[in-house]
Amino acid sequence: MIDRDQVLHVARLARLRLSDEEVERMAGELSGILDHVERISELDLDGVEPTSHVIALENVLRPDEPRPSWDRDQVLERAPDPASGAFRVPSPQA
Amino acid sequence: MNANGYEPVIGLEIHVQLSTKTKMFCGCGLSFGDEPNVHTCPVCLGHPGTLPTVNEQAIRYALMIAAALECDVAPRSIFHRKNYFYPDLPKGYQISQYDEPLAVNGRLGDVRIHRAHLEEDAAKMIHVGESGRIHGSGASLVDFNRGGTPLVEIVTEPDIRSPGEAREWAQLLRTTIRQLGVSDVNMEEGSLRVDANVSIRPEGAGELGTKTELKNMNSFRFLERGIEAEVARQRGLLEGGEKIVQDTLHFHPEDGSLTPLRSKEYAHDYRYFPEPDLVPVAPTEQMLTEARESLPELPAARRERYVSEVGLSKEAATTLAFQSEYGEYFERAVGAADGASAKSIANWVTGELVATLRQTGGEEDPLDSKATPEAVAALAGLVEEKKISHGSGKQVLERLVAEGGDPAEIVESEGLAQISDSSELEAIVDRAIEAESEAAEQVRGGNERAIGRIVGAVMKETKGRADGGAVTRLIKERL
Amino acid sequence: MSDELIGLTASQAADRIRAGDLTGEEYFDAYREAAAGDSLNAFLWTADEAGASGDGPLAGIQIAVKDIFCTEGVPTTAGSRILEGYRPPYSATAVRRLRDAGAGVLGKANMDEFAMGSSNENSAYGPVLNPWDAERVPGGSSGGSAAAVAGRLAACAIGTDTGGSIRQPAALCGIVGMKPTYGAVSRYGMIAFASSLDQCGPLTRDVTDAALLLGALQGEDPCDSTSVGIDGGIEPPIRESLDGLRFGVPRELAGDAEGIEPGVREVFERTVELIEELGGKVSETHLPHAPHGISAYYVLAPAEASANLARFDGVRYGLRVSSEDLTDMYEETRAQGFGDEVKRRIMLGTYALSSGYYEAYYGRAQRVRTKIAEDFSKAFESFDFVVSPTSPTVAFKLGERTGDPLAMYLSDYCTVPMSLAGIPAISIPAGLAKPEGEGPELPVGFQIAGPAFSDSAILDAAFALERAIGFGQGNGGPPA
Repeated sequence: MIDRDQVLHVARLARLRLSDEEVERMAGELSGILDHVERISELDLDGVEPTSHVIALENVLRPDEPRPSWDRDQVLERAPDPASGAFRVPSPQA
Repeated sequence: MNANGYEPVIGLEIHVQLSTKTKMFCGCGLSFGDEPNVHTCPVCLGHPGTLPTVNEQAIRYALMIAAALECDVAPRSIFHRKNYFYPDLPKGYQISQYDEPLAVNGRLGDVRIHRAHLEEDAAKMIHVGESGRIHGSGASLVDFNRGGTPLVEIVTEPDIRSPGEAREWAQLLRTTIRQLGVSDVNMEEGSLRVDANVSIRPEGAGELGTKTELKNMNSFRFLERGIEAEVARQRGLLEGGEKIVQDTLHFHPEDGSLTPLRSKEYAHDYRYFPEPDLVPVAPTEQMLTEARESLPELPAARRERYVSEVGLSKEAATTLAFQSEYGEYFERAVGAADGASAKSIANWVTGELVATLRQTGGEEDPLDSKATPEAVAALAGLVEEKKISHGSGKQVLERLVAEGGDPAEIVESEGLAQISDSSELEAIVDRAIEAESEAAEQVRGGNERAIGRIVGAVMKETKGRADGGAVTRLIKERL
Repeated sequence: MSDELIGLTASQAADRIRAGDLTGEEYFDAYREAAAGDSLNAFLWTADEAGASGDGPLAGIQIAVKDIFCTEGVPTTAGSRILEGYRPPYSATAVRRLRDAGAGVLGKANMDEFAMGSSNENSAYGPVLNPWDAERVPGGSSGGSAAAVAGRLAACAIGTDTGGSIRQPAALCGIVGMKPTYGAVSRYGMIAFASSLDQCGPLTRDVTDAALLLGALQGEDPCDSTSVGIDGGIEPPIRESLDGLRFGVPRELAGDAEGIEPGVREVFERTVELIEELGGKVSETHLPHAPHGISAYYVLAPAEASANLARFDGVRYGLRVSSEDLTDMYEETRAQGFGDEVKRRIMLGTYALSSGYYEAYYGRAQRVRTKIAEDFSKAFESFDFVVSPTSPTVAFKLGERTGDPLAMYLSDYCTVPMSLAGIPAISIPAGLAKPEGEGPELPVGFQIAGPAFSDSAILDAAFALERAIGFGQGNGGPPA
């Protein structure tokens, strides 16, 4: 129920490289899981509101007061490729 | 604008950077051209385990914008995650609003507002590729200072019908938001960004044509030019029997051209879902009242006031009320005026000053020009008191714009003072009558219009320093 | 001496330290020695120094902290290669609160990668073994935390529970594990798996310790907009009888439920009888949508996870597989950094949210969630608590379910509904049972769930039941 092409499409959306073997296997595994998940299509859910938040909170707001920023050396210490005070990455091909 | 039987249909998508003290979802300060990555923290860098928290002031400012745009504020709105991968997006998703936005169904001037919502800005990327362009290979450097800045996104209905209208309306929006004090709304600096959705259709048709999206127009003039270029392009395609392809086009300020941003092989599927880390925003009566009450005099009301109380024409009032720099300039000039009426100052500002600045080719902010509001007020006074003629006034203004200075001094140094000595004027008039004897005869013969030639001769000799009305009277007397 | 110290519950140790009979250093040394003998692969990092200081209800206590909690300057991997060597710049609120209460971090506990798993076989750093039988799994995803406590490598631990990841390993290891009400404990600094489901909770030898830890952990946090704490805090449990309390046994999770091993069912039923002997009223109740919990959960959790894990892209921290091409860098980094289960769930979640599928999957799953929450609300009109077996089976063998993801997911059948509803639930060891097939007797967990914010009441009831059960004298783990 989820074929190879769909797997490749989803993998691209998720930026995951899958080997051919993984694509095969994934198609099978995901199909099996989705088969089970499909059960929810049997339920009558008309008029039922979806739950996006399980607790009834509203308007939790933070005062607009500046807090000290993080020391840049520390920031870049964890960066895979720091350069000129910034994070270097390969340029996107538009 | 009739583009050969086609009518342009334009909608605008505007991003306004709010001038809060901190970012939308963390306590980092906002930056203005500082060193890269000095205004960051684990939250706005998307470090593992971090969570967003909503800036109270951003909500307040957004509610003010909604009130100024006469929108319906949703009793309950939520944030959504907009998912995609890009180096300027630290979490791999942007926290924005989707189908439950803060405000809908507003209006500003003649354009309806579809919606307004809150979201966070992306970081800045500087391409340091070999070619230095976005299409080249090489590397990019990411600076997260800007990432997380609060944005209000405003989307209009496609109610705009010409590039000029788009420009004017965008200026009105800018003035309105500027007066709220919630943003610098500066297009060149990026605190105001305007994209356009453009389509055309046969005049009178009901259905909409395929639209394209235009980006990267970072001034009002470029906005107008970009839309103009796109309308022409679409018209050309349709007339050639081709179809318009939905696309995003990048405007090039260097030459006014548009190039398609090649859409990726995979379409953008943002997979929106409600943001589980944030709870809904349900503006209270108090929050709404506060927003409404904090609104200053908005452009439409100000225009009304200028017409009814100051006695300005509708055109002058519109320019001053709808374009904030001119409005501010005017108010300053009136404040400094020592004798000149507000009405005459308004005429000088919206008439000659606007024209002169346009000549210099820019969108010049009158407040940036060398002609100060105080100087223009003084100039208006000199003309109103008939110390110099209107024509001389124009000359003085040109000097003020070019070099600045004080009008009285310029009048002095260029000898522009109106000739008030009647004997001097009488002598000049007599000479003119003699020189234009044919015209003089015609006037004596009843042809009033011929007096123009004599007036012209007087003006020529006085180099425009005589008051036209007085000259005409004097000629009639002496004939 | 060491053995004796290690035999103390956290509360007992805290009392002694407070009384001056024991120092924090001595206590730490005893555990450091024990950790050195860790054959269960329970820890990914252990402390060199006691780190426990000051006063407070947890003064001197050493806690095993699941490696999903950021600990400033200390490696935090979430069980993944993609965060190998990553040292967070800050500590999770939960960890700070424990430290503020006087406790120290004994070590970072192994876990299923990004909390995705029910057996701790998905760790990039090797599986964790069950102290009861080294050929079996401890459960997951808080497998390291559970094994540490049951294996006497720590007196207590904290873990996270998204669909059962505290309760199920607690059940499989014969210890106490609790998932509090959603929002009771701040999630700030807890590496996110599924934001609307994740909760921090204690894994301990007995209910008293669980209450002690939860008391220190809970509270509203300005850094987490979804945190509210528990009004009135947590009371130390003291209940002796269950007089006047009403317990509902949902047909769908106990009676009719498929896949419950006979041994588990037996222990469950015996415990229910014990409740009645203690004065509790037991009768059947219904949670009609509970059987759809797994389906809804395995749409919602992976969907949220697919977004939460998008930040692991090699740009700002963690693993990067270099490339000249950006897309390549993303794809290779994530391919090499994530394990199979994580990839599977990211794929599942991305698919469920993708264009054309959102309504059918994510949209419907959210509605099932509403129905499940409604089912519980209705049940709680007539009952104070709902009970069930925690896990349908006892600990299974390593490798037994790794080839069948769905079979693995079904381990969460009884725990997932409470997560979806956001309500609190505890698992206490109720007895031993033989697994299907052969093998030694293994622990069986008994789950007690209650309405939102009834955490104290649940601990209280569990306390009374625990005493009556007398499992290992409330000292957790296999006989020493």
